[in-house]
Amino acid sequence: MKRFLKFNLAAAVSALVLITQSGCNKSAGDNSAASDTIKVGEFASLTGSEAAFGRSSHNGTVLAVEQINTNGGVLGKQLELITEDDQSKDGESATAVKKLISRDKVVAILGEVASGRSLEAAPICQEYKIPQISPSSTNPKVTQMGDYIFRVCWEDKFQGGVVMTKFALNSLKAKRVALLTDVGSAYSAGLASYFKEGFTAGGGEIVAEQKFTKDDKDFKAQLTAIKSANPDAIAIPAYYGQVTLIALQARELGITVPLFGGDGWEAPELIEGPGAAAALDGCCYSTHFSPEQDSPKARQFVADYQKRFGVIPDAMGALGYDSVLALVDSIKRAGSTDGSKIRDALATLKDLDGATGKTTLDENRNARKPAVIIEIKDGKFVYKETVNP
Amino acid sequence: MTEFLQQLINGLSVGSMYALIALGYTLVYGVLRFINFAHSDVFMVGAFVGFYAGLNIHQTSWGSGVLVMIAAMLVCAALGILIERLAYRPLRGRSQLSVLITAIGMSLLLENAGQLILGPNEKSFPELFPSRTFDFGGVVVSSKDIVVVLVTASLLALLQFIVLKTKIGTAMRAVSFNSQAASLMGINPNLVISFTFGLGSALAAAGGILWAYKFPKIDPLMGMAPGLTAFIAAVIGGIGNIPGAALGGLLIGIIETFVKGSRWSTWTEAISFVLLILILLFRPAGLLGKLQPEKV
Repeated sequence: MKRFLKFNLAAAVSALVLITQSGCNKSAGDNSAASDTIKVGEFASLTGSEAAFGRSSHNGTVLAVEQINTNGGVLGKQLELITEDDQSKDGESATAVKKLISRDKVVAILGEVASGRSLEAAPICQEYKIPQISPSSTNPKVTQMGDYIFRVCWEDKFQGGVVMTKFALNSLKAKRVALLTDVGSAYSAGLASYFKEGFTAGGGEIVAEQKFTKDDKDFKAQLTAIKSANPDAIAIPAYYGQVTLIALQARELGITVPLFGGDGWEAPELIEGPGAAAALDGCCYSTHFSPEQDSPKARQFVADYQKRFGVIPDAMGALGYDSVLALVDSIKRAGSTDGSKIRDALATLKDLDGATGKTTLDENRNARKPAVIIEIKDGKFVYKETVNP
Repeated sequence: MTEFLQQLINGLSVGSMYALIALGYTLVYGVLRFINFAHSDVFMVGAFVGFYAGLNIHQTSWGSGVLVMIAAMLVCAALGILIERLAYRPLRGRSQLSVLITAIGMSLLLENAGQLILGPNEKSFPELFPSRTFDFGGVVVSSKDIVVVLVTASLLALLQFIVLKTKIGTAMRAVSFNSQAASLMGINPNLVISFTFGLGSALAAAGGILWAYKFPKIDPLMGMAPGLTAFIAAVIGGIGNIPGAALGGLLIGIIETFVKGSRWSTWTEAISFVLLILILLFRPAGLLGKLQPEKV
């Protein structure tokens, strides 16, 4: 009886191994040139603490792919978008990108919004020579990972050193600012240091510097220390999930000065929940796009996005859209889906007319574009001003 | 001075919530001699029950808030009893390791089932009780903090009363001394153990509601961090000792707050754990615990 069972188990296991092996062989023999679609990989934080980013940029990406396919596709073939969710968790992006490259055989990778996760994927894309286009990662290190890594947005030396600095000094007229940083995210730590550099160079003073980490919910300790330093404003270069809690707790402690931050604030969830909109009323943040932007392409994009998804797009959606446009433009100019040819074409991307304006990539594979300041007023996101590079 | 007092108040507020969760750990350990790792996830379920109940109630008043809290405590008490029946009772009398691993497994089950059923994204917790802030010359006390401290203190007092002055409390203490001798005296150990789990889980639910009230963003993994800190607090105070759990919770809360507000805020967790190690080195039974000698 025992021997019979053992034999059956061995047979079952070997059958399983054979089946999976044949499956693997099948996909190894497959390549994009032979099939009739161009496979594009996307990894985004569709769930988790930065779900708003993933959702928006995925929507923008999907919209662009659908529009391009309706207009005949690229090089006579339809685009096939394969999306993986990295759950806003560390470690998942690497797995997702490896799977997209080795099993799905994509010609390029689109992603991610969060700099930390783009940094995780970049070495893999660089190694396999698959171009990676990040829609809105702003930490300078991302494109420094290799010449196959691109982004269609500006980066944090500009956002922290110029945009936030100018806003604090000129609009808020704040000479004494407190800085509250999330040391658990590459984005926040980077943006904070560039802001500190630019702000102090511009004559301002950082009167208090406090830190927290990604999963913290209680900021009263840090805010109490900040309150004692009596700043004119508080800079919070972090992600929207915690900014809401920080704002609520700051107001509870009697801190009335304005709070400001960067594009990590960009999410409708920022002012969701009891008291959030009131706590952040009058506060501003810098970002890449405003739905009130007045260019024909932007207005068309906003209308199309609203029709397709029923909501007004934000910067992440617009950049997701533009990342596809950049890829498609490069594939067309390269005339092929070969990784190195796409890369070379991407490196010379110039004046691409997209939802966020005209995109030109410089020698560091970053885009030079203006930033917009959005203000939270009466529970709505309102365009305030544009800051040019 | 203002900053010191403010941080003290912040620390007491957070410490009270840790104390509440720690009470659950210590209660179950005291009676059953094992750590219920699923406790932090019952805490999370309590918060979510409060979320869904709050959605249906649409009111922000003392009465409705209390109702929601009682509803969450009842649901979680039932959950706790169910967990005990399904996962721990079949292993009664087996090795401690099996029960420990089962407890960890139960914790993982609740967390992942929560992510599947409730969705992994954060939800905004509704405002259950009306809140306002009082400013005492620069030191701001929110009514949320007052509610948290008062509820914790009353539940602590209630717990002490139950354990020391009621029949079931005496039964719990008897079972914790010697389960077999207790059953010889006519105590039904199964009943007592179920009651203990129900009580501990109800406390976890109260903790969950208060936590979500203070920090209104909830998600299925929200129990992990406070659960771990509360567990450390329970051990520091003397695991199995009820006033010890309260003391441990307050101590950790205050120390954590002062460290977070200082230059070394990134060392907060490291300092909590170092404190645990130091206290266990010099007082292995915790601050208020008594070393139980092994009776042969």
